[in-house]
Amino acid sequence: MTGRVFLFGDDIDTDQLAPGQYMSGGIEALAAHCLEGARADFPVSVKPGDVVVAGRNFGMGSSREQAAEALKHLGVAGVVAVSFAGIFYRNAINLGLPVMTAPDLAGIEDGEAATLDVDAGVLRLPDRARAVPLDPLPDNLKTLLADGGLVPHLKKRFAAEKEDNRS
Amino acid sequence: MMATTLAQKIIARAAGRETVKPGEVVTAAVDLAMIHDSGGPRRVEPILKDLGAGLFDRDKVVLISDHYVPGDTDEGARILALTRQWAKDRGVAFHDGQGICHVVLPEKGHLKPGMFVVGGDSHSPTGGAFGAYMFGVGATEMAGVLATGEIWIRVPGTILLEWTGRLGAGVTAKDMMLATCARLGMDGGQYQAVEYAGEAVRALSMQERMTLSNMAAELGAQAGLIAPDETTAQWLAGVGGDAGDWRGLVTDRDAPLLAQHVFDASALQPQAAAPHSPANAAPVGDAGRVAVDVAYIGACTGAKHEDLRAAAAILKGRTAAPGVELLVAPASKTDQDRAEAEGIMAVLEAAGARVLPNACGICAGYGAHRLGEDVTCISSTARNFKGRMGAASSKVWLASPYTVAASAVAGHLADPRDMLAETGA
Repeated sequence: MTGRVFLFGDDIDTDQLAPGQYMSGGIEALAAHCLEGARADFPVSVKPGDVVVAGRNFGMGSSREQAAEALKHLGVAGVVAVSFAGIFYRNAINLGLPVMTAPDLAGIEDGEAATLDVDAGVLRLPDRARAVPLDPLPDNLKTLLADGGLVPHLKKRFAAEKEDNRS
Repeated sequence: MMATTLAQKIIARAAGRETVKPGEVVTAAVDLAMIHDSGGPRRVEPILKDLGAGLFDRDKVVLISDHYVPGDTDEGARILALTRQWAKDRGVAFHDGQGICHVVLPEKGHLKPGMFVVGGDSHSPTGGAFGAYMFGVGATEMAGVLATGEIWIRVPGTILLEWTGRLGAGVTAKDMMLATCARLGMDGGQYQAVEYAGEAVRALSMQERMTLSNMAAELGAQAGLIAPDETTAQWLAGVGGDAGDWRGLVTDRDAPLLAQHVFDASALQPQAAAPHSPANAAPVGDAGRVAVDVAYIGACTGAKHEDLRAAAAILKGRTAAPGVELLVAPASKTDQDRAEAEGIMAVLEAAGARVLPNACGICAGYGAHRLGEDVTCISSTARNFKGRMGAASSKVWLASPYTVAASAVAGHLADPRDMLAETGA
């Protein structure tokens, strides 16, 4: 699925991704304000398949997983950044939202067409016939993401354990 | 035997291994899981139901209400009611309305050196002050822990922050952390283990050490450790806890480190971090004359008993400047009670302070006192990200409780040492 790039800078924090004042309600209401402080057009114009591209330390701050959940709810295909804050990174994988780092994201333009190909480990930029290589995910996270996140992964594991106990 | 770090020792034990190497991924058994009302029952229970799972060990789960206390909105009251019901249904230890989780957890004797602990909050590294490897996770990951009792971890390298010398009067752990954020940046911790050491750290009280570990979160570290010593053991004995066998819990002299940074505590001046990042810290004297509308002494970072005492050292015989709203939200009920008994609360109230509930409050952007449009606030909290404590146009400066109190009196950012010298403190 081809979407567009939404470009962000360094140190995007979880208060921008999931503002505290909307935390008591559901994800629908929260996602409507996702990143609006950084750029007001994001929550209103982001579409399924779009890719968030950012600088260093994306997702710093709180452990609230609604920061990653809001992006997933909005249909974002994934986040590609120079680096991620640790808790956000784990939350995203646990919720099945692809988060990928890349050594070099220079030259990617806001609004340009993009496809995040997690399996191939590239961000494709079809307008320029360019594919930006992404760092491979560690094996344990590849499995988690392939299973669709931590909950489906655990369901699979519990089912297998039950099966083992039976045999 | 191989020389290893404190982090490696704790993780190896939790993973049931002789040793672990930085970079390898291991599965570790959790000694304790702490959750609060925001990321806790309302988020984890639906997942546990979906998984058809119960708690791995209800004696290893602690629930603390702090985010939606006092429940003064409909949504907040609903979340608190759900939290209380869950505590009953699941039979876990529950501290309701007793204060902020990171302060209440050790205060109630739940933490012990060498423990491997997860917390459902980003300031969970606070537990590192007690020599526990404690780190924050989100709700889904917490639900996984509650169901299985284990979690995967990439064994971290250790970044040693060594503080030589001694802090001067009116300079605190909070100033140490703001200066560290300025020097290393918001990702200087690289999601590795930070360990604080050196003469200045050894000389700190437990609550000041908690401030160091707490703000390891602002460095983007996974944990913020301090090797336990007699100070730790005595403090834990004082709350009816037990330090256990803590003497071997150190980073060996020859253990390989990821990095080591040396700081001079004796040269450190009171800091203030400009909006909108803790990394914007510089000596408060360099900030110029910045007028403040609100002075906030609150949060696990900056409203513990000793933080309140620091504020009172400035505010004794003084009052907040006209037009400055001074808000104090003591971090825990126990800390507030102690401050009350010592006359500290009376000093704060005489200075014009409005006392708010023992809860996260506006630090987390919750509650009725969120900052309005264009308000400038000086705050003893940990984070000043844009819009975190209220309107996107509000501006938050971070500083120590001394500096917040001095600024409240002056009506603008002020170095607390001048007032301390006048008082003769």
